[in-house]
Amino acid sequence: MTIHEIVSLVKGKILCGNVGEEDFVEYCFASDLMSDVLTVRRSDFMLITGLSNVQSIRTAEMSDLKYVMLVRGKTPPQTMIELAEESGIVLIMSPYSMFKASGILYMAGLKGVF
Amino acid sequence: MDLSFNIQGGDFTSAGTASSQVRRTLKELGVDASVIKRVVVALYEAEVNIVAHACHGTITAQINPERVFLQLVDEGPGIPDIEKAMTPGFSTASQEVREMGFGAGMGLPNICRNADVFNIHSVPGKGTTVEITIQIK
Repeated sequence: MTIHEIVSLVKGKILCGNVGEEDFVEYCFASDLMSDVLTVRRSDFMLITGLSNVQSIRTAEMSDLKYVMLVRGKTPPQTMIELAEESGIVLIMSPYSMFKASGILYMAGLKGVF
Repeated sequence: MDLSFNIQGGDFTSAGTASSQVRRTLKELGVDASVIKRVVVALYEAEVNIVAHACHGTITAQINPERVFLQLVDEGPGIPDIEKAMTPGFSTASQEVREMGFGAGMGLPNICRNADVFNIHSVPGKGTTVEITIQIK
């Protein structure tokens, strides 16, 4: 699924990063616990999180992820956006809860990492 | 190549900058992406542990074509029962640490899982030393 399709499904917006038609993901992992994210061996998934601080971006960086979706309509601090830009990470924001955003994306075909 | 960093306890804004620097260096050296991920995940967990639990710490990363050796030495409360601390889910983290997305009791098990060789030595009331070796070849 392309990132543009994902953003449209969750009524979201892209806060930083350049996104084209070649940007797509097949897998997602949703968590507010960064150590849980760091246990995932693969790197081809989008992180869905409600954790609105720089550590969610640091975790994405260490996990070699390119896409992070921030849910629950949280406005991220400027430091988080700046770090995402610096790290080449696309940061998406959705007004939906983690459950609702995950459910919509799962029903639309995105897969869990396990 | 040797890299070293000073880590300040409680500084969550900077937590991860050392790991990020090591990641950049390994990428520049052309190290395999799966190896880089193992190194930086282990290092990041250990770096966050220093920030979360210690007063101060140092990280040394020795990189050669065969392996990466990481040594993290902190001055802090130490770990009275290492076996217990290695149990997945066991945590003594503060609420502040949990609000940063950590403190779920997966740090040390996660470090161990990614390391080829993992050593931990702690003196209660003084501090903890963690050594991680990951083979590149």
